[in-house]
Amino acid sequence: MAKASIEARGDLRLTRLTKTYGDFTAVDDLSLTIPKGSFFALLGPSGCGKTTTLRMIAGLEEPTAGSIHLGETDITTTKPYQRPINTVFQNYALFPHLTIFENIAFGLRRRGQKDVKEAVDKVLNLVELPHLAQRKPTQLSGGQQQRIALARAIVNRPALLLLDEPLGALDLKLRRQMQIELKWIQKEVGLTFVHVTHDQEEAMTMADTIAVMNEGQIEQMGSPAELYDNPETAYVANFLGQSNLIKGTISGNDGDSHIVDLYGQKISLPKNRSHAVDNSTYAGIRPEKFRISLLDTPVKGNVLSGGHIEDVSYIGVSTQYQVEMPWGQELMVFEQNDDGVAPFNKGDAVNISWEPAFTFALRGDEDATAGSEVEPEVLDEE
Amino acid sequence: MSHKIKDATIPTIPLGARIQRWVGRNLIRIYAVIAFTYLFIPVAYTFAFSFNDSGKSNLIWKGFTLGNWQNPCGAPEVCSALGNSIKIGFLATFFSTILGTMIAFAIGRHKFKGRSTSNLLIFLPMATPEIVMGASLLSLFLVFKINPGFWPTVIAHIVFCISFVVVTVKARIASLDPRLEQAAMDLYANEFETFRRVTLPLVAPGIAGAALLAFSLSFDDFIITNFNSGTLTTFPKFIYVSAARGIPAQANVIGSAMFFLALTIVIVGQLVNRRKVR
Amino acid sequence: MGKIRTPYLLLLPGFAFLFTFFILPIINLAQTSTQTKIAGGDTGQYEQTLRFANYVDAFVDNKEQFGRSFLYAIIATVLALAIAYPLAYAIAFKSGKYKNVLLVLVVAPFFTSFLLRTIAWKQILGEEGFLVPTLRTLGIISENTTLTSTSFAVVMGMTYNFLPFMTLPLYASIDRIDPRTLEASGDLYANGYTTFRKVTLPLSMPGVVAGTLLTFIPAAGDYVNAAILGNPNTKMLGNVIESRYFKIVDYPTAAALSFTLMAAILILVTLYIRKAGTEELV
Repeated sequence: MAKASIEARGDLRLTRLTKTYGDFTAVDDLSLTIPKGSFFALLGPSGCGKTTTLRMIAGLEEPTAGSIHLGETDITTTKPYQRPINTVFQNYALFPHLTIFENIAFGLRRRGQKDVKEAVDKVLNLVELPHLAQRKPTQLSGGQQQRIALARAIVNRPALLLLDEPLGALDLKLRRQMQIELKWIQKEVGLTFVHVTHDQEEAMTMADTIAVMNEGQIEQMGSPAELYDNPETAYVANFLGQSNLIKGTISGNDGDSHIVDLYGQKISLPKNRSHAVDNSTYAGIRPEKFRISLLDTPVKGNVLSGGHIEDVSYIGVSTQYQVEMPWGQELMVFEQNDDGVAPFNKGDAVNISWEPAFTFALRGDEDATAGSEVEPEVLDEE
Repeated sequence: MSHKIKDATIPTIPLGARIQRWVGRNLIRIYAVIAFTYLFIPVAYTFAFSFNDSGKSNLIWKGFTLGNWQNPCGAPEVCSALGNSIKIGFLATFFSTILGTMIAFAIGRHKFKGRSTSNLLIFLPMATPEIVMGASLLSLFLVFKINPGFWPTVIAHIVFCISFVVVTVKARIASLDPRLEQAAMDLYANEFETFRRVTLPLVAPGIAGAALLAFSLSFDDFIITNFNSGTLTTFPKFIYVSAARGIPAQANVIGSAMFFLALTIVIVGQLVNRRKVR
Repeated sequence: MGKIRTPYLLLLPGFAFLFTFFILPIINLAQTSTQTKIAGGDTGQYEQTLRFANYVDAFVDNKEQFGRSFLYAIIATVLALAIAYPLAYAIAFKSGKYKNVLLVLVVAPFFTSFLLRTIAWKQILGEEGFLVPTLRTLGIISENTTLTSTSFAVVMGMTYNFLPFMTLPLYASIDRIDPRTLEASGDLYANGYTTFRKVTLPLSMPGVVAGTLLTFIPAAGDYVNAAILGNPNTKMLGNVIESRYFKIVDYPTAAALSFTLMAAILILVTLYIRKAGTEELV
């Protein structure tokens, strides 16, 4: 039985997985398939259930209900050490009493593998730290510890590698570098990576597929581009980047498009990007999709007029404007600084325009602020 | 895109596996309960027999009475022995806490030549069997023709308490963030003010803990006391001596009362600490 | 300049005290150990003759008690370790918000005089206690087996009395272990037993060493448990030293025995620390 589970290979399948702690539901009826060989990210704020999900996959938590399959093998109740799954822990959990070499060799020795030295040397070369083999973990920098934690996991060639906020303890610059490196290593070794993070940029940089989690459930799942360009809920629209959500009513149809009335001004958006269930809706536009123009300049596409510039922040690559609209809402606009100077000033009366194809529509009964004010990163969640 | 398979039933985990996991998870808790029972059996026994209507020898249960609690000094010598123990305890605590705290600051806060020798000198009394320490002190007192009694006992108690005070206070000092003192200096406090307003208040819980430990060590000591107290009777000595002919139930009353008193002090101390942290 | 003096000034009173009342007595004890009786003198009068044969005599006369002291102390230490380790583990990892309460409970028995507790064991294990009749009825012990006044009672009493000394340092070092390293071990194919042997135990080694020392040293020098719970055949070295001092007034033999005891303990402890490979003791 144990033998069978440890050799399981294939897609990871979570079926109606649920985990409750007393009255609190951490993971709520979650079903999900992660294809073999993919780089999959579970993205969400603290307490959304992503770490609990990861720990159930690792075997460190026991599901209250539901099942976990790896290929055709049911691993729901098998022990962590009977699963062909390895974890890169938050804060790494390197064994402080063992050398780097012995840390990496730990899993190989437990499984009685031969040629331990060869395998360890190879993986140390892969993470480019062969000279540290005889050190103790406390003698390493954060970035080095991170790589050793990764090496300790992948040396076992698991069917699945779990990464629990693996870059959370690193500074920004190192994090960027490790993101690229992790992606490269995943391609190199060809393992399935499941990555848990609260950092949307990190998820988008690395993952093929992202599942955005909220309150124990998956809000939306798809490629980074899909999620960004066509979010289904306000939560996803706000959690991944920024969105302008404008309340409106679907007032008619024009071929493949809906005509939407936004406070008296008509715009159009593609029907296949509408997730509204009735006439009431929120029209969503990403800030960088907007164009600003002075009142007398002719524009194409959707136009909202009557705005005036409330605030200007020069960022370098772009300029961010806050534009107050006649109905009192402030819209966020990012303009590329590709033509030199910032052409608009505070107080200018302007129109806002954009390509209709960039618009998405959400249900009108949503909370337009969902996902925008989740607390910033808190490590050691759940 | 829907992620829920609404029609399928939720797969459940087999009952057998669940029971096995529950036992596996709680085995150590069950064990802890047994271990604590073992620890508390004699305490409970002592408490129960403090209500025994026993007469002189408190060996067999003869009936319930509150008399021993109403008249704790009823047995001859028991309260004078208790008084001696408390007096010795306070004196030993006072001096060992002062001397030990000074040593702890020297070792914990300063780098100086002979630091490892100092550590050794602190470790040695703890590594010396009580009987050797007691016997050697008695020999010294005999050489100088000092009769065993109250003050020799106090001195002996200070000797074995100092090391425990040093270790306790040193641990507290080590856990202190040195940046706090640097911040105080940065905010115009000189060395003395820094010590008085920042260091000392932060180390104070450690010192209080050390004092409590010193008192309980002194109060409960028998072996060293037996060597150096001569004809003076302390509470443990009283129990040891009367063990042969039967211990009066009043001793159980005092032992139990001390138990509840110390427990109260510790609990109140923890509550105060917790409030301070908030 | 003041900075250099400060530590020495702080150390001076305490170390002067320890020197006078700890180091000097030990030196004096060493002198006493080689003295012999003054010919024709009164009881308790001795002169220095540097008779090192005192040690040989003392050891040969009491080798039985000597061996017993170490045997009992080792058994009690091993038992205490076996009982305390899971307890400390449970408090560190499984007690949640009750951690502080349980820690207080470990120390709480101390608040009742240890002599009272030892005597309580004597009576619980005694013929009039409830335990012996119960065990006899259940057939676990035979009709003529007694529990009190046996070596079993002495070792059990020692184990009991020193249990908190074992539990606290164990707890302190187990509590410092990051539970994630244990999870990591399970994740890396180690089962519960292997995780304990390869991760938990090595990481808690400082606590094991400190706890066994804090138990073994007082246990080897103890005579109270033997006096209360034992019989004349369970006498330990401590009992001999005590009676040499108070009953026979044979100071040189008592001193020689004390020194032998201390030396033996120090040798054992040094070997043990070498083997366990840890230096952070204090």
